[in-house]
Amino acid sequence: MGSSATEFGVGASAPRKEDDRYLRGRGEFIADIRLAGMRELAFLRSPLAHARIRSIVKPEGREQDVFTAADLIGVKAIRAVSGLPGFKPSEQPALASEKVRQVGELVAMCVAENRSQAEDLAELVQVEWEELPVVSDMLAGRAPDAPRLHQDWPDNVFLESFVDGDIDGVKARAPIVLTREYRTARQSMAPMEGRGLIAQWDRRLEQLTLHTSTQMPHIVRNGLSDCLGLDQGQIRVVAPDVGGGFGYKGILLPEEVAACWLALRVPYPVRWIEDRREQLTANANCREHHYIVTAYADSAGKLLALDAEATVDAGAYSAYPFSACLEAAQIASILPGPYDFEAYRCRTWSVATNKPPILPFRGVARTGVCFAMELTLDALARQVGREPHELRLELLVRPEQMPFDNITAKHFDSGDYPECLRRAVEAIDLTAIRARQKRLEPDGRLIGVGVSIFCEQAAHGTSVYAGWGIPMVPGHEQAVARLTPDGGLELRVGIQSHGQGLETTLAQVAFEVLGVPFDKIKVVHGDTAYTPYSTGTWGSRCMVMAGGAVAAACKQLSQRIIRIGAHLLQTTPDQMTIADGRAHGPGGSVSLKDIGHTWYRRPQDLPDDVDPGGLEVTAGYKAVRDSGSFSYAAHAVVVAVDTEVGSIEILDYAIVEDGGVLVNPMIVDGQVMGGTAQGIGTALYEEMLYDAAGQPQASTLADYMLPGATEMPDVRILHMETPSPYTEFGQKGIGEGGAIGPPAAIANAVNDALKGLGAEVCDLPITPRRVLQAIRRANVKKAAA
Amino acid sequence: MKPAPFDYARPATLAEAIRLLASAPDQARALAGGQSLGPMLNLRLARPGLLVDVRRLEALNGARELADGVWIGAAATHAAIEDGLIPDPTGGRLASIAGGIAYRAVRNRGTIGGSLSHADPAADWVTAMIALGAEVAIDGPSGPRRIPAADFIRGGFRTALSTGEILTAVWVPRLSEGARFGWRKICRKPGEFATSIGAVLIDPIRGIHRSVMGAVSGRPVVLELPQSPDPDAIDKALAEGAAGLDDLDRQVHATVLRRAERIAA
Repeated sequence: MGSSATEFGVGASAPRKEDDRYLRGRGEFIADIRLAGMRELAFLRSPLAHARIRSIVKPEGREQDVFTAADLIGVKAIRAVSGLPGFKPSEQPALASEKVRQVGELVAMCVAENRSQAEDLAELVQVEWEELPVVSDMLAGRAPDAPRLHQDWPDNVFLESFVDGDIDGVKARAPIVLTREYRTARQSMAPMEGRGLIAQWDRRLEQLTLHTSTQMPHIVRNGLSDCLGLDQGQIRVVAPDVGGGFGYKGILLPEEVAACWLALRVPYPVRWIEDRREQLTANANCREHHYIVTAYADSAGKLLALDAEATVDAGAYSAYPFSACLEAAQIASILPGPYDFEAYRCRTWSVATNKPPILPFRGVARTGVCFAMELTLDALARQVGREPHELRLELLVRPEQMPFDNITAKHFDSGDYPECLRRAVEAIDLTAIRARQKRLEPDGRLIGVGVSIFCEQAAHGTSVYAGWGIPMVPGHEQAVARLTPDGGLELRVGIQSHGQGLETTLAQVAFEVLGVPFDKIKVVHGDTAYTPYSTGTWGSRCMVMAGGAVAAACKQLSQRIIRIGAHLLQTTPDQMTIADGRAHGPGGSVSLKDIGHTWYRRPQDLPDDVDPGGLEVTAGYKAVRDSGSFSYAAHAVVVAVDTEVGSIEILDYAIVEDGGVLVNPMIVDGQVMGGTAQGIGTALYEEMLYDAAGQPQASTLADYMLPGATEMPDVRILHMETPSPYTEFGQKGIGEGGAIGPPAAIANAVNDALKGLGAEVCDLPITPRRVLQAIRRANVKKAAA
Repeated sequence: MKPAPFDYARPATLAEAIRLLASAPDQARALAGGQSLGPMLNLRLARPGLLVDVRRLEALNGARELADGVWIGAAATHAAIEDGLIPDPTGGRLASIAGGIAYRAVRNRGTIGGSLSHADPAADWVTAMIALGAEVAIDGPSGPRRIPAADFIRGGFRTALSTGEILTAVWVPRLSEGARFGWRKICRKPGEFATSIGAVLIDPIRGIHRSVMGAVSGRPVVLELPQSPDPDAIDKALAEGAAGLDDLDRQVHATVLRRAERIAA
């Protein structure tokens, strides 16, 4: 099999099947679903970041429509533990009972005819608060005398982790020692569609049906079963069309637990649709890191050792299932990036603060890690007066070293990292930019060029996640393949597609194996009632894992098809092949439609030794090694910086990306482009500020700035295709890389532009004000010198 | 994000609108395009008991062109001005400023009178009308009056309107032959509220050199000097007229004004 040039097989830029309904506005998202008698929920949320609840008084005469923690008898708190030693679990209640630990925490649930009336009702609930001191900054929160969020903890640290390498030997002989401090802003993930749910008890099936905008329906079912004490068979979770996830919907929500509790008790469906203010001010955030990085280098600037301290603002609770420590523990293990150097030490803290829980956003910790590492390398390059990419070429893992176990035992599967960087430098035409910088700009702006390079572990499986010990460990990914009586193919997968185009790419995999007409292949996903168990869609895993599972199921199905086909053609199975939707024997062929018809409608024509499993197969898949595929990319960017007002314009942007064998190159380009837009948001725009009282400072999209069409440069994407030796077709997970590279590349470009002024930005996002402050600091320093 | 309950009235005449607004001084608010008031209602930041819809009042619609300027009805949308449906006494500057306001969807509904009455310091018309020497017509329980736009804007979200009063029209004087206008606006991204606006009108025949810095903390800062103000004058004016700005803010505003001066020069 392998890569084929067919119109719909692996490697084809097949138009997306799901786009027909999306582009016509005929998708069915959570808010499109109307059930008879449905009522709506609004939540009274905490206005304070840290406070004890003295009393809650329900509005008189409406007590039966308002619910508090006191009503939710027997409902367990959400607990996302980690098996990493020293981890302190938190208890996140569905509705706050004794105290609140973040603005926006759920205090009361109100049900009414519609949302407006539910909000009116929520306003009438009276809460008496006793304000507590607030931890609004992660570094202050680490201090021993900081106010405590969780009463029985000795401090506010969810987890402290180490990679305790010996760097002393290298330190002693390194002539260059360079230290930098970096911050990445807290962001609020902003998929176009927010969260939302409809919960209903089905009396006939004796089953709770939860429609929810999620990336992981089976994991939500696990969590609900734990919190509500229901059997798994009593719960069905359906993810309808989902308008973007990015990690924001990889979570069990307190809203889900509370609404489902209510649905068990009322004779009508209840609905909650998150509004933008809830999304921005109350719900999970991401990305907030602080680094102190010290690099030890030789006199040519070559990195010898890295010593780092990283702190992650994990928010008030450990979110289910990824936990509060994934981000920081990931930092420790991936800070060395795609590089090979001698010694490494890293210490991290996941700190509890009075803010929403942190969630793994597209790229997870890699965006911050790449920023810290790549800015440090550029600072080294500036210090020794070398081109930043030349310094990197000496450090990158070389193709002849592959597969390569790096300094933290990450197993890089394949690739040519130096070539990727060389191509990016060529694509951005570094020589021309250097010449342009010497000429100066007529409008007085300063031009800068920057690169970043990183690798992206994806589709990592059991061995990796068993180590984290969080509530979810991916095992064999399963798929169901069923030939229908009319010769069509139904695929059922437990992942969820919300923009990745998996209804198309998984069909491409099946087409590659079975040749069933492309328009007769249907992918069913996102519903626990229809699909095999899966941890869902996260970690760029679906093309490798669900793709592998679909291929495995289709291969087994082909053997059953062949058995029946051989009988119909009066030959033996070993003489048979499947191609173009037909089973071919030496003397003729029979269509899959006829084979399906025979099994289902004319069993009297079947051979005596037919497989009684029929034309439906459930198969499981794991990659040959489950330590993950490593796609990688280099981003190169040219910016113009206006040093008087601090604004930044992106003039050119080139990406060289290697995602192994691309199942659908068009979809991959879309993934890279969309990720890059979000990376530009991280680099230049997005920042969820909190004041000292823990109050979020942005409550609308006028305050929380997202990049839009006018902020997207014309990104050029170039591909390399180094197959992974461990996956079904050589494909690698590639969904997140676009969001990893931009902050580092853009910051490096800005710092390149500012280098003549001696100014350097080290904080994200690079707002006009931060640019002006950096210039001001440099001027003050020069004046003092 | 649903508004608290309110009553809604759409009076047929200006007199009736004034009566309604005056009848419930703390409760009633005028609604025109709703592009600022709408979100404030949804966020429950504004909780009027009564919305008086003035959008279709005859007295607030249309435009009247005279020899020395144009009366623009307060309910004229930004889009109508952008599209040239309103006579422009500034030779196309109004259309160009209108086209830079927010997004087309906002411009289709948002009105010039609503924008001035809301008096967001970062709004384009607030700075532009002061720079152009516009005046506003107001009607209310004690009869009509007419005041300069510069006096109408009292501060951030504060105007000279008193209870029951409605801004009915904006008078934009015609620019003399040879007049020059410089407009420079910076925002974090197109369509967002401005971080800084510089507007400069040089009209030698009328003896005007007016330099305006907008999107400062409160009312725009106005300098009327015989020539372009020097950096010290700008810094002094900002320090006096826009307290609360730090030196980096002042640097940005001064730069933007200087660029507007360059355009007008």
